[in-house]
This record gives sequence, C-alpha cells and structure tokens, in this order.
Amino acid sequence: MKVNKLNPPTNNTISQENKGVALSMHPRKFALWLFIVSITMMFAALTSAYIVKFTEGQPLVFDIPIMFWITSVVIIVSSLTMHLAYTAAKKNNTKNIKMFMTITSVLGVIFLVGQWYAWAELVQAGVFFAGSKSAPTGSFIYVFSGVHGIHIISGLVFLLITLRLAFQNKINSEKTSVIEMCATYWHFLDILWIYLFVFLLLNH
Amino acid sequence: MELHNHGQSAVAEAHTHDHHHDEHEHHEDGFIRKYIFSEDHKTIAKQFLILGLMWAFMGGAMSVIFRLQLGFPDFNLEWLRPILGTWINETGKLEQEKYLALVTMHGTIMVFFVLTAGLSGTFSNFLIPLQVGARDMASGFMNMLSFWFFFLASVVMFTSLFLETGPASGGWVIYPPLSALPEAVPGSGAGMTYWLISMALFIVSSLLGGINYITTVINMRTKGLSFARLPLTIWAFFLTAIIGLLSFPVLFAAALLLIFDRSMGTSFFLSDIYIGGKALHHQGGSAILFQHLFWFLGHPEVYIVLLPALGITSEIIATNARKPIFGYRAMVGSMIGIGVLSFIVWAHHMFVTGMNPFLGTIFMLLTLIIAVPSAVKAFNYITTLWKGNIIFTPAMLFSIGLVSLFISGGVTGIVLGNNALDIQLHDTYFVVAHFHLVMGSASFFGMMAGVYHWFPKMFGRMMDDKLGYVHFWLTFIGVYLVFFPMHYIGIAGFPRRYYSFSTFDFGKSYADLNMFISAAAIITFSAQALFAFNFVYSIFRGRLAPLNPWDSNTLEWTTPRVPGHGNWPGAIPTVHRWPYDYSKPDADKDGFTDFIPQHIPFSQTPNSNFEHENDLIAKQEGKKNSGDNEHKHH
Ligand code: HEM
Ligand SMILES: [Cu+2]
Repeated sequence: MKVNKLNPPTNNTISQENKGVALSMHPRKFALWLFIVSITMMFAALTSAYIVKFTEGQPLVFDIPIMFWITSVVIIVSSLTMHLAYTAAKKNNTKNIKMFMTITSVLGVIFLVGQWYAWAELVQAGVFFAGSKSAPTGSFIYVFSGVHGIHIISGLVFLLITLRLAFQNKINSEKTSVIEMCATYWHFLDILWIYLFVFLLLNH
Repeated sequence: MELHNHGQSAVAEAHTHDHHHDEHEHHEDGFIRKYIFSEDHKTIAKQFLILGLMWAFMGGAMSVIFRLQLGFPDFNLEWLRPILGTWINETGKLEQEKYLALVTMHGTIMVFFVLTAGLSGTFSNFLIPLQVGARDMASGFMNMLSFWFFFLASVVMFTSLFLETGPASGGWVIYPPLSALPEAVPGSGAGMTYWLISMALFIVSSLLGGINYITTVINMRTKGLSFARLPLTIWAFFLTAIIGLLSFPVLFAAALLLIFDRSMGTSFFLSDIYIGGKALHHQGGSAILFQHLFWFLGHPEVYIVLLPALGITSEIIATNARKPIFGYRAMVGSMIGIGVLSFIVWAHHMFVTGMNPFLGTIFMLLTLIIAVPSAVKAFNYITTLWKGNIIFTPAMLFSIGLVSLFISGGVTGIVLGNNALDIQLHDTYFVVAHFHLVMGSASFFGMMAGVYHWFPKMFGRMMDDKLGYVHFWLTFIGVYLVFFPMHYIGIAGFPRRYYSFSTFDFGKSYADLNMFISAAAIITFSAQALFAFNFVYSIFRGRLAPLNPWDSNTLEWTTPRVPGHGNWPGAIPTVHRWPYDYSKPDADKDGFTDFIPQHIPFSQTPNSNFEHENDLIAKQEGKKNSGDNEHKHH
C-alpha cells in the first residue's frame, strides 16, 4: 500500500516516491506558470508606468497603427490553430499535429513581421522611439511591442522544438506534456498582446 | 504511478529532450560535475554560501575604507595605494568620486549579493529539499543555472571595480539622472552599464532560483507534510520566493527603460536637463517614475532579505529553547501579512519627492500597519524564549541577537514611516541607522545563525563553539556601537552619502562620534576574521558531527552525516507531526527525551499525544481500511 516501500531508491536515482500532499501538476508545467507570472509582473510594471506618464503632463497623442489590428487577428488565429494542434495530439492524430503546429509557427512569424510594419507605420506618423522628436508615451509603444516581440521569439523557439518533436512522432496522446506547455505559453503570449493592444486603444 | 515518473523526468528531461524517461545516471560523478557544474542542491547551496561570504568580506572591507574617510578625514591613506591604486589621490586621500563608488558598491553587494543570493540562495537551496523530504529540487538544471547566473553577475560586478572610470556611483538605488546620463559622473559611464548587466543577470538568477523553490515546496513535499506542518524556515523561503517572483520583474522593467534612456536616447526618466550649460534633447520623462518602479521592488526586496533570516531564527529559537514555537499560525499569518503589505508601502521611500500630502498619508497608514505583523513576530520569539530551557549555542545567540536588532531597528521604522517626521529625517544617517539594524545586521545575524546551525549538515563537521561565542559577542556589541550613534547624527541633520563633513561648521560637532563609529566598525569587521578562520578550519579539521547535534525535529537530521546525492540512502521518511514537538509532556513515557522528530508516528507515542492527535490516529486507522487515501490533506 505505502508508496515509499515500493521503490526504494538507490543513491543515484532521483525519484519522486513518497509523495503525499502534492499538487497533481507536473513540476515543469507549474514552473512554466510561475514564469508566466513573472512576465505578467514585468508588463504590469511597464503599463502602469505608461499610465503614470500618460496622466501627467501633456501626453503625446497618436493613432494606433492599423497594422496592430491585423497582427491582433493573426495572433488570435494562431492561438486557435495551436489549440487545434493540441486537441489533435490528444486524439493521436499525428498528421493534424504537424499541420497545425506548422501553421501556428508560420502565423507567429507573420505576426512578428506585422509588428515590424506597424513600427514603420508609427515612424511614418511621426511617433519615434528615441531621439529629440520622441516622447515617453510614444517610446512606450515600441517598448510594449518590442518586449512582447522578444517573448514571441522565445515562443517561436518553443514552437519549433515542439514541431521537431512532432515530426519525430514523439508527440501523441500519451505524451502531451510538451505540446500542452507550448500551448499554454503561446496562448499566454496571445492574451498578453491582446491586453497590450486593448490597453493602448484605451489610452492613446 | 503517474506521480512517480514526474519527478524523475523533471530532473532527467531538463538535460535533454531526447531521453525522456531514461534513468538519471550519476554513478561516477567527475570532479567537475560534483563540485563545479553540480545539480545537487546541497552543492549549489554551498556554492552560494561561499561566493556570498566572499562578497560579504569584500563589501565589509569597502565599508571600512569609507568609514576611515568619514571618521578620520585627515588620515593619510597612502598605505592603501597597493590595493586601491589611483583611487587614492596625490595627497593620500580617497578620491571623492571613489567614495561614492564605494558606498554604491557596498550597498549593492550587501543587499543583493550577500543578503539575497548568499542568504536565500544558500538556505533555500540547502534546506527546502532536506526539510520537505525531497531528493532534490524540482529542476536541478535550473538550479545550477541559477547559481551560474549569479556567478556571472558577480564577475561582471567585480570587473566593474577595475574600470578606469570606476564602478557605478549613484547609490545602490541608481536614481536617474545620475544613472541615466553616461556623462553625469565618472561612474555613470561604463560602471553603470556593468551594473545594469550584472543586475539583469542577477534577476535571472533569482527568478530561476525562486521558481524552483516555489515548485519544490508545492509539488515535492513528502507524504504527510501538509502546509500546516511545514517548518517555519520553509514557509519563510516559500513566501520570500513568491515576493521575489512578483517584484524582481518590476526592477527588470525599470532597468530596461533605464538602458533605453542611457544608450538609445529615449526619455522615460529624463527631462529638462542641462549639462555644462547645454540643454539635452530629453523631454517629457520623469525621474520620479523610476523611483516608483524601483521601490516597488525595493521595499519587497528588504523583506526578501529579512524573511529567510526570520525563518531560520524561528527554527533555531524553538530548537534551542526546547519549546514549541509560540503561535505557529500567527507566525505564518504575519509572514503572509508582511508579504502582502510589502507591496503597498513603497512610497514611504518617496515622501519628500513632492508627492501629494494626502497620498503620503495613505502610504503612512499602510506603512505603520506593517508594524503589527512585525510586532507579532517579535512577541512570538520572546514568548518562545520565555521560560524555555535555553541552550546557548552560537546559532542561538545569533538568533536572539537578530530578535534584538529587529526590534531596535523596527522601532525607528515607525518613526520614519510618519511622513511629517520623515521630512526631517529622510536621507540622513537616521535612515542609515534604521536599515542597517533592521535589515543589514538582523539579516546578517540570521545568516550567521544559519551557518552555525546547519554547518554540521553541510560539511559533516562541527564549528568551534568558543570561537563562535567570541565572534557573536564582538559582532553583537560591535553593530550596536556602530549603528546606534548614527541615530543621533541623523537627527542632527547629517545627510548620508557625503564624502566629508569637515568643511561645514555643523559637521565639526560630531567629529568625535564619527571617529568612534569608525573605530567600532573596524573592530567589528576584524572580528569577522574569527568566523572566517572557524569556518574554513572546521570544514577540514572540525570535530565530526553527530547525526543530530542539536536534538532537532526536522527531517534533515534523519539523513546520514554527509548526505549523498538523493539525500536519503533508503526511503524518504514520512512526516507525521509538526516540527515543534519539543519538551512535550509525558514524552519520556514513550521513550523520548525532550523532542519527538517529525517522522515519528503518533501511534508510537500514545502517552504524549494530545487528544486531537489521538483522534487523528483513529481517523487514519479508519481510512486505511477504506483504501490508501490516508495521506490526503487533513
Ligand atoms: C516597522 C516596520 C518598518 C517601517 C515602518 C519602516 C519604514 C521605513 C521608512 C519610512 C523608510 C524611508 C526612510 C527615508 O528614506 O526617509 C525606510 C527605509 C528603509 N527601510 Fe524600513 N521600515 C520598517 C521595517 C524595515 C525592515 C524590516 C527592513 C528590512 C528588512 C527595512 C529596510 C529599510 C531600508 C533598506 C531602508 C532604506 C533604503 C534606502 O533609502 O537606501 N525596513 N523604512
Ligand atoms: Cu520600505
């Protein structure tokens, strides 16, 4: 009956016998959630700094680049395809895993390119990141989308790792933990962007 | 079965994605894997400790140098030239800019490298797996990375000391514009850049560590170890890690914006600045914004520094008073309270930035509320000691010392927390006295207490008690002699971070007291040599430690004298009770002395069980019959 009697560990195995009151969550998934919390805090800091800047003095008034609308749609769609890849994994449908993972990755890249064009649009409109013609509120847009973009790059790396596993047929209904974590992270990045976008829509 | 594989793969998978469920072979650890790139939490803890202690001596030595300047402004420092080089000018005096550099480095090193990495890094790493009954951290690999990021941060910070323009000099709080404009003071150039790189690495290190600590405490407790039975050390490390996880990213954000201001020409924190009569292009930013972001980390950070020390103290005081900790739940509750409150009081560092007085009053109220949980903790320590069967080990002395320092430093916090009083006291030596007692000294005492207490488990040998006593008394008297007089100097209006007071008339009035403080500081610092000797000597030559030298209840003392990889050679013990069954009535009838370790089931101690504990046995018996759910939460 007692778990700890079953599998007496030797000195060189680290196993997790004898667990009683633990969470049922995989430690690595849990760690991912904690990582997400820390990213959230960073963006909370950045956006509250923006509010402070925006409400004091004369903020720079600017238009939200049209491109942000497009990239927002792109990233939402990529979240959907990510979810489809995950459900395909649960149903053991390897063909669909590969297909939807590929689409998600491509959409991720398109998103990044779109963000770049959005920056170009901002420059056209006279909203600069730095220099004598810049103002903090304008610079903040670059910081939001830039720092988010860096996280998107990390998400893309994660997607590619998962994609590679998928093509090695190492993802199936038995082994979903990697793709599940990948999906969690990607959805988070999606939600984070939508938050930033709506935030900018409300305060510009 | 699911459960079993998780832990294994957590460690194994961290290495490579291709060997998912392979056994983690560690048979012949080479020297490098064992002592350098080790994934064993105990080794990593020792690495944190040794690097942290090295920094502590560096930081301490710096303070001696600037105390020499403050106490003996006319003293010729020519003899320091071999170490300090051009930091000593032609007349044998410390360069003025380098004075500021030393103060800045001293603060940064002590707050982050010694009392965050050295304290949390050491004891969270060492004690979490041992006290929760896990074979290692959730991810040994991340844990190893955490140390090496700290190491890199250390290398970068250390290198910055040798820059021609000197290291960062704008204070450990790196307020802009000094930190944002490379041309502001010599240290604002390359030195500041190094500081920012180093701290970015440091933040990564503490996040990696913290994520691991939280995951391990939540996921890897042994059977029977509910949260209500966690040793207070673990509670403290756990809450510290949560606070760190929530606040360090904010510092990261601030540092990021600062980097943009410095090197890319944005103006987040800058506006209307003239250098040498020439206007800079930066417009529209605000330096106060930086202070908000900084102190949103900065205030929680002081608790990141203090809470582990308080946790260590709880454990040591209960053990050596041979009494259950008084008010276990109140202790946990007050730590949670402190943790929550620490996020909503940051503006008490900014009362004189021209903030709306009404807002200041709100922050004053919130600040003063922190005194309540703090006082609860202080009273609980004292009540635990009250009528205890106190055994004065060096660790116990340092713990009691911590309580004393925590109280005397906390009281001045209440003074500073009043925004009307703070107008007078802000940025004076009164503040320096406050936080050196409550944070610096108290946490340092906690660290020392921890080292003396867990040294036997770390190195399998005992430290020398007598040297420990001398070390304690010299340090204890020393820090009071150093920091107590600073209150008067502060009330008299002496600002902090001044190179010299001798050019002002008012400054002369306290020249003798400043001299006294400096002398005390030098003696206190020298006394640490006793510790260094004791530490190093005992690692190699100390008396072999018994298995449970302090007759303690927690799980780490059920491991072999020097626990190997995986901590327990056999099965992990199961936990049956809280860790504070000291001097339980009638324990002798059950064959125990004045302590009953956590892994002893209640069924073995029928005479000493309390009523509700007997009920617990009955309930467990009942559950056993109805399946093996017995180890669910109660
Ligand atoms: C009763 C609880 C406390 C209160 C009400 C309190 C209040 C304050 C206030 C108002 C200041 C700002 C003073 C000024 O700059 O003008 C201050 C500074 C400081 N406090 Fe406390 N404090 C308390 C406890 C603590 C604890 C427990 C720690 C650390 C573990 C701590 C560490 C610090 C530090 C490091 C500073 C100075 C930072 C700097 O300017 O460099 N305080 N405290
Ligand atoms: Cu504070």
